[in-house]
Amino acid sequence: MVADLLIIAIGAILINNFVLVQFLGICPFLGVSKKVDTSVGMGFAVIFVMACASIITWCVQYYLLVPFHLEYLQTIAFILVIAVLVQFVEMFLKKSIPSLYSALGVYLPLITTNCAVLGVAIQNITKFTGVEMSFVKSLVYGVSAGIGFTIAIVLFAGVRERLESSNVPEFLKGMPITLVTAALLSIAFLGFSGLSF
Amino acid sequence: MENKKGYLSTFLNGLITENPTLVLFLGMCPTLAVTTGVINGIGMGLSTTAVLICSNIVISLLRKFIPDKIRIASYIVIIAGFVTIVQMLLNAYVPALSSSLGIYIPLIVVNCIILGRAEAFANKNTVGRSALDGLGMGLGFTCSLCIIAAVREILGAGTFAGIPLFGESFQPVSIMILPPGAFLTLGVLLAVINVIGGKIKKNKTDDTEKEGI
Repeated sequence: MVADLLIIAIGAILINNFVLVQFLGICPFLGVSKKVDTSVGMGFAVIFVMACASIITWCVQYYLLVPFHLEYLQTIAFILVIAVLVQFVEMFLKKSIPSLYSALGVYLPLITTNCAVLGVAIQNITKFTGVEMSFVKSLVYGVSAGIGFTIAIVLFAGVRERLESSNVPEFLKGMPITLVTAALLSIAFLGFSGLSF
Repeated sequence: MENKKGYLSTFLNGLITENPTLVLFLGMCPTLAVTTGVINGIGMGLSTTAVLICSNIVISLLRKFIPDKIRIASYIVIIAGFVTIVQMLLNAYVPALSSSLGIYIPLIVVNCIILGRAEAFANKNTVGRSALDGLGMGLGFTCSLCIIAAVREILGAGTFAGIPLFGESFQPVSIMILPPGAFLTLGVLLAVINVIGGKIKKNKTDDTEKEGI
């Protein structure tokens, strides 16, 4: 049981990293990764939202959609649940951690349209990892996917902070060099694909 | 006459001037994820276009009825409805494409292009114009997907839309169809656009300087 959970966690964090291998959540990955501080904040917000989303969408799927044969409403139901959740997290942060709230600024509502969150919810149901996902397993998958996202975005922010002060050729400035950097980071993560159990 | 010109520029705006992928950097996830082959790219592009046109039309029709406070939620529900329709159609008629696009079809819901156009354009404009904007933006998205997919498929697998281009001796650069290749192709493509765009701008300023003299 524990071994299963560990395999799921390592798979989601390193081997099938959400950002660098599966391309989920690229928008915040490129948008919020200019400073390490904000990217850490964003990472934790995503971990939290993903954990909640995994729990709630799992319940919605197996206690609401399946018993009433409404599986085709999956996409609509999931995105609504996630939108409400993000709203809730936003209100919570505004009240309790205002500094983090103002640092995340516009990107917090963007978690709604962060495909990583909807992605993790759908993968939990469609047996992406090859096994039937129990409640605990999908929670673990959600949290580890969030951790994978955080690791990728924090590493990337570190590289980009260095990039600010380096001399980049004119035609590569801005987006192109950022993407080339991401490519190198992705190659590094490709190395983990050799891991198997 | 002016009206007609307006329609054309609305269409071209999405296709070239404000190309969603290459200029605005919207909808990056599908751009990078499904461009391992030209057929996947076209399938993704056209599905997104269909959803974009339909949602733009409906949102533009309803723009006077949707209360301002809950507009984003209503847009998402409308978009999710159309995505579900597209998902079912693909599943029924092109199951092979449907399985190779996999999770990225339901994820069209969270493609920033669609919500972005709903908020920035369909919200304020007439039905015809919104439909045209959807078509332009969708085709712009499809074109950029095709370019990226063509580069990746030709270099990474030596094929174009599944047809082998080179002889047996061709050694494919398999990293191009692996994830890093996606970032690399898009980065290089944007650098090329930067160079070309910079040259055009320079020519223009040269021209105006000459006229000034």
